[in-house]
Amino acid sequence: MIAWWQVKLSAGIERIKLEKWSDCWVIHPSINLPGLIGYFMEARYPAKRRPKYLNLLKIRQPLPAIVSILHRISGVLLFLPGIPLFLYGLQMLLQSPETFASLQSNLAHPLCKLFLLLATWFFIHHLLAGIRHLMLDLHYGMQLEQARLSSKLVLVFGAILTALTGIWLW
Amino acid sequence: MVKPVHRVVTGAHYGLKDWLVQRITAVLMAAYTGLLIILITVYQPESHEEFKALFSIQWMKIASLLFFAGLCWHAWVGVRNVLMDYVHPMPVRLTLQITCIVALLGYLIWFLDILWG
Repeated sequence: MIAWWQVKLSAGIERIKLEKWSDCWVIHPSINLPGLIGYFMEARYPAKRRPKYLNLLKIRQPLPAIVSILHRISGVLLFLPGIPLFLYGLQMLLQSPETFASLQSNLAHPLCKLFLLLATWFFIHHLLAGIRHLMLDLHYGMQLEQARLSSKLVLVFGAILTALTGIWLW
Repeated sequence: MVKPVHRVVTGAHYGLKDWLVQRITAVLMAAYTGLLIILITVYQPESHEEFKALFSIQWMKIASLLFFAGLCWHAWVGVRNVLMDYVHPMPVRLTLQITCIVALLGYLIWFLDILWG
């Protein structure tokens, strides 16, 4: 048994072929179902109103996302300029008493100290967020509440340990 | 049925290896960081001679080299992931990846030169 279902869409009236199977009506197999669904979506959400992309700057990011992106940013900065600066510093530290003295006088500069403190924070954040990542790999802290708590801990301990390192260095 | 595989040279390395390497090197580097903090708190080196003496111990040199080689490998996996996420044109990505590998190898030689040179 065949019947027609009339649907009113913005583009006009669409007739959809239905077929009776024992005790219920189904959409006839000849109907292109994905096309039909697309047609309905088009009707419900006109092209102009449909979101096409997500503007990340307009969304309030959850804490785990902030920890994650800081992990990535700190990683990139530890790679460049981090590694070359680390090697340069290590070379000055070990080469000769003169280079050691010049390293000391360079590090005494307030701007340099600030830079070193920032680098310390990047390192500590990367380390702590990495430990959190390893715990997640081992399936610890997978629940939403735990994941939020651990990201809070990473941020708080990152700040505390950076402050302590700052006090210890100077 | 065998599915056709389209592997890209600048793509992921299709397996567990990189993922595992990144984690193993991370643990290695964390352990070395702990060791370094302990050594510095115990010995409290302040002069050039004291630092030089600390980094002249053979096992310390070996541990440091393991740390730095781990760092290079770890950095490579991380940078590669970042490049795969943000740099899409294949020639640009390949160029940047080669630059990174060459730079990291250069850093490794520089590190060897600092410790053994």
